[in-house]
Amino acid sequence: MNVTITVNGTPITADVADRTLLVQFLREAGGLTATNVGCDTTSCGACTVLLDGESVKSCTVLAAQVDGSAVTTLEGLASPDGQMHPVQRAFHAEHALQCGFCTPGMVMAAVSLLAENPDPTQDEVRAGLEGNLCRGTGYHHIVRAVLAAARAGREPA
Amino acid sequence: MSILGTRVVRTEDPRLLTVGGVYVDDLAIPELDGAVRATFIRSPVAHAAITGIDADAARRLPGVVAVLTAADIAEAMRPDKPMAEPLLAIDRVRYVGEPVALVLTDGTCQGEDAAELVAVEYEPLAPVVTVADALLAKTLLFPAAGTNIAGTGTAGRADPDRFGGCEVVVERTIVNQRVAPVPLEVRATAARWSDGRLTVWASTQNAQLARDTIARRLGLDKSAVRVIAPDVGGGFGAKVGIDRDALTVAWAAYHTRGSVRWAETRSENLSGMVHGRGQRQTIRIGGHRDGRVIAYQLSIVQDCGAYPRSGAFLASLTQLMASGVYDIPGCGADYQAVVTTTTPIAAYRGAGRPEATAAIERAMDLFAGQIGMDPVEVRRRNLVPAQAFPYRTATGAVYDTGDYASALATVLAGAGYEDLRAEQARRRERGDVVCVGIGVSCYVEITAADAASGETARLAIDGDGSATVYTGSSAHGQGHATAWAMLVQDELGIPMERVTVIHGDTDAIPEAVGTYGSRSLQLGGAAVHKAASQVRDKARQIAAQLIEASEADLELDRDHGFWQVRGDPTTALTWAQVAAGAGEDGLEADVRFTAPQPTFPFGAHLAVVEVDTETGKARLVRHVTVDDAGVIVNPVLAEGQRHGGIAQGAAQALLEEVRFDADGNPQTATLADYAAVTAPDLPSFELLDSVTPTTVNPLGVKGIGEAGTIGAMPAVQSAVIDAVAHLGVTHIDMPATPQHVWAAINEARAAR
Ligand code: FES
Repeated sequence: MNVTITVNGTPITADVADRTLLVQFLREAGGLTATNVGCDTTSCGACTVLLDGESVKSCTVLAAQVDGSAVTTLEGLASPDGQMHPVQRAFHAEHALQCGFCTPGMVMAAVSLLAENPDPTQDEVRAGLEGNLCRGTGYHHIVRAVLAAARAGREPA
Repeated sequence: MSILGTRVVRTEDPRLLTVGGVYVDDLAIPELDGAVRATFIRSPVAHAAITGIDADAARRLPGVVAVLTAADIAEAMRPDKPMAEPLLAIDRVRYVGEPVALVLTDGTCQGEDAAELVAVEYEPLAPVVTVADALLAKTLLFPAAGTNIAGTGTAGRADPDRFGGCEVVVERTIVNQRVAPVPLEVRATAARWSDGRLTVWASTQNAQLARDTIARRLGLDKSAVRVIAPDVGGGFGAKVGIDRDALTVAWAAYHTRGSVRWAETRSENLSGMVHGRGQRQTIRIGGHRDGRVIAYQLSIVQDCGAYPRSGAFLASLTQLMASGVYDIPGCGADYQAVVTTTTPIAAYRGAGRPEATAAIERAMDLFAGQIGMDPVEVRRRNLVPAQAFPYRTATGAVYDTGDYASALATVLAGAGYEDLRAEQARRRERGDVVCVGIGVSCYVEITAADAASGETARLAIDGDGSATVYTGSSAHGQGHATAWAMLVQDELGIPMERVTVIHGDTDAIPEAVGTYGSRSLQLGGAAVHKAASQVRDKARQIAAQLIEASEADLELDRDHGFWQVRGDPTTALTWAQVAAGAGEDGLEADVRFTAPQPTFPFGAHLAVVEVDTETGKARLVRHVTVDDAGVIVNPVLAEGQRHGGIAQGAAQALLEEVRFDADGNPQTATLADYAAVTAPDLPSFELLDSVTPTTVNPLGVKGIGEAGTIGAMPAVQSAVIDAVAHLGVTHIDMPATPQHVWAAINEARAAR
């Protein structure tokens, strides 16, 4: 079936099988491979993207289900002039990534978390990221990065 | 000012944060155009004879290119030793998830659909799920071997008399449970045979080791195999070299003279990739009522899983490190490594050393409990004193440098030990439902155990004065590119943004060891340092000729990267100019750095745990650590390693466990069932500094990758037990799940 999804501002149309997952659509039809697959039970969050502004695990969404929607992946987060998003900058400054495999999903989950709660406590950040596994950092630096991004977001630019 | 020791954020990050890494399954390169997909047919039973494989229906399915079984594998590639591992199962399967056949499909059909059509007939055999079953030997996994024991060893004192003079002896059998490494990127491999050469893209920690294994197993010349490690999404020891499944994919490309790619599912990963730990330990500790320990015996039964990959080696490391930070003249250790019908066990963060630390620390706690002394005081009275280094243990390790008492003192002061004990007492007095427990561990571990193999580095100054480092060490998150560039900048004054670091390609770097055992900085980094100093010496000669001055009068202005006559900037030459003067051979150095012996990082951890005595739920609320790994090149990276390590140690103590049922069926084969640690499970850790340099390498550095795990696991376990000690609990096996804790509390109550 024909599915059109606007990914990072660009409509992508592809003829896909009914059972094609959004993550497969992004990786295969879109050629956007930042979004990773780390499990098969919606447990790890490596595939987290923004769907019409809200975070979803793209391994649990069928491409066909979101025909006509807009998706943002890690590749679409920086501004067009290449300026990193405050969450990306904070992840860099706070050493919130090691191997980078969880990073695309973790960053998108953090963006969505801060959109919902711009001034979270440490415990709220931890709870908000429960669905995103990172095996490298021990989470400490990720939590710090999200709190730093929150602070940066509250300060006048 | 030297850049070494300063907080430098990673050069790797901007790419990973904006477009993402390129892991094996992300590769979109022309060489892999048209590659077929591989899907394994895996054993659904723990132990069975294979009585037939019918692949006809699968072969007829449009889109199926081939179905491969052991029958397709040349006789010469079959294992020759009794317990050796085949590529695809031959006649018998020995664990759930063992590869039996491989389906290759093109883009028009799904591999899973085809795999379902392959009918394999199994005749069940009795499973051997526990090490106790293995030792009983009623069922043998390898009848030709005549035993389930894959290896044994002893170290240190063996005489039982050692315990004769002890006022107090405590003995207990404990479990260091099997856990799953769970790198977030599962195993993935792509392979292509073309023009008489096999190229393999693998998610590996050691491209060169992978190449050697592939060449050996497929009977190819080393030069006919190229292995490339693109970005690797975590390894933790489980991606050392190349494992059986990945090797089978490489073989399939060779066998079909084509291109094949494979990425497993997480369920395949949790039952097919190696697990870690898996030791049953009997600890026997004896000493005097004044707190002095004089005898200790650690007896290990190591579960190797179905094939003895590195199980015996892990146990031998545990044995070597048995006495930990303590001066115990009467220390001995022994192990038996056995095969069971479960997933094979190999290295996982710490690999044999966390098991040693967990055992001795548990023994110290039990001993302290028995003589009624504060466990910290018992530790203090037995630590190897700072003036005793180099220190030779009874089991044969030679610790290079250390100051264990100071690490312990720092952690106790940092955590406020006395206040914590007071808070614990208050809660106990009040009869609070939520009790607090304090666990302290002291550890020493061995890093770069194979120091003599060393590591390689080639450093070339390019025509524009930039530098390229070809390192034998292989990064998968550690930040080598940043650290190596810092080392070059420090030695040569070439700014780190002008240093490119290349790793993980056997054509570019034919000889190397790679990453495991916390060896990277002390061997790979030291090799980069050595290459840089050789380049500096060569550059000095060239600059002297160019400037027509004597070498002795030259200086390298490391702040600007200029060679000049001392104090005379008018003579300054850039690295580009010096490189141009090097002529045909170029300006480069190609080295291998070896160290005379391993290094022994050490530290102390203190964990504070709250246990709800009604539900058994244990929560880690604080974790304070000293992890002394010698000189720190980049605190940002070192702290990252510590945090990640601590999380994995705490996870094993609290949550994680691979379980099988009585038939050997995995009960934790998805991430919904395996309790991989999440952000809300953990607090933020409190890291304290301590630097005791080593003298075995010029940088003064030791390994840091595994330290956190080794220190954290026993501290957290001890804290949980301590929280409920006043109820009569003396031991709780890991993981301290609510069930385990609750059962221990109830048992202790019933016994009163
Ligand atoms: S950085 Fe590797 S899993 Fe998070």
